[in-house]
Amino acid sequence: MQQIINFIIRFKNFLLFLLLFCISLTFTILSHSYHTSKFINSANFFTGGFYESFHHINSYLDLNTQNDLLSEENRNLRDALYNNVATSDSIFTDTASYDHNYKVFTAKVIKNSYNIANNIITLNKGYSDSIQQDFGVISSKGIIGIIEKTSANYASVLSILNTTSRISAQLKKTNHFGTLIWEADSPAFIKLIDIPKIAPVQVGDTIITSGRSFIFPKGVPIGTVNDFNLDRAENYYEIKIKLFNDMTNLEHVYIIENLGSEEIKNLLNDSADE
Amino acid sequence: MNSILSVHTVRFIVLIILQVLILNHINFLGYINPYLYILFIALFPIKNNRLAIIILSFLLGLILDIFLDSGGIHAGASVFVAYARPLFLKFAFGSMFEHQIIKFNTVEFGSKLTYFSLLTVTHHFILFLLEVFSFSKIILILEKTLYSSIFTILLGVLMTIIFSRKIK
Repeated sequence: MQQIINFIIRFKNFLLFLLLFCISLTFTILSHSYHTSKFINSANFFTGGFYESFHHINSYLDLNTQNDLLSEENRNLRDALYNNVATSDSIFTDTASYDHNYKVFTAKVIKNSYNIANNIITLNKGYSDSIQQDFGVISSKGIIGIIEKTSANYASVLSILNTTSRISAQLKKTNHFGTLIWEADSPAFIKLIDIPKIAPVQVGDTIITSGRSFIFPKGVPIGTVNDFNLDRAENYYEIKIKLFNDMTNLEHVYIIENLGSEEIKNLLNDSADE
Repeated sequence: MNSILSVHTVRFIVLIILQVLILNHINFLGYINPYLYILFIALFPIKNNRLAIIILSFLLGLILDIFLDSGGIHAGASVFVAYARPLFLKFAFGSMFEHQIIKFNTVEFGSKLTYFSLLTVTHHFILFLLEVFSFSKIILILEKTLYSSIFTILLGVLMTIIFSRKIK
């Protein structure tokens, strides 16, 4: 016993270092797995409040660009309204035709991040605004990510610029679908994998969400094909997509709730059980 | 003693605020950011209180991780350099460290630069290793380490020059 205590005292620095290093390693590994409950995130009241109070100051510097974005969106909406044609280019005309399956909330980005491998965005809406996990987040130009965790007044969003993010997407002109991944290179580009070789992909094609995940409605714009090639096994395309969204400049975003997602999940679980 | 304590407390808080609000939004050439908060670990008084610096570095890193949503990468890297600090000190200052008489205001510039560079490069390497979390992207890790280190070292040296008290 004496010797154990002596050992602990002699190596206390090293043991403490080892302990703390292991704790940080655990946090790191936890943050790499999707949807594990996290203690370390900026959607708590302290950091959320801190970011929000400074966001009030910062938002003034960006008013011009954000106004342009919003007025452009208004123009698109009016365009669609007066012409009364459902163009699948714009998500908001689509929402009308969904027969109220989707509910849209507005929110503001109070902390954006795009330069590390696993980017998380913080929004100023939380569960007291009935925002919950797995709601989709989009901007006027395209998708942004999925709500990962909510506190009373803040929510953290797993950005599409996150190496653990997996979102289903498809070609606009055909229904061939694949998975969106990000490889931590440039915030302007994202990769679409698992598109079958038979799909008629061309540079400049539009990529939209497929609606298969029950998080995003079908038809939310993502980006255009920048470059494509076959993967190593030569069965599927790997497509490099240029995002419509400027992920480095986000302010006003929309949170989408799929009111039918619970029902669909139950249905799928039931049929999986049988 | 009290003034030393308050200086370090203020430095702890100021460096966190600086890092979170300004330095993380620089994004030079898209992704290069300085991580100046390690100045706290570098300038921590050199005595035999290694336990204190290890715990404080962990706290510092953890607070940054909470702000930046980065899991435990800053905490891990900070704890590592805090533990390995005596090695860097020995390498950079040699016999002065043996006698525990280093005062950062009085040592010559060259060895101070060596010390700070060693600390920064090690910290950044661990940081990006944990961030990218895959050995297959080692080139990306080294690239990020190199650029960010240069940025941090430049800024750190500038800060120490600006804020050092002249001793006559």
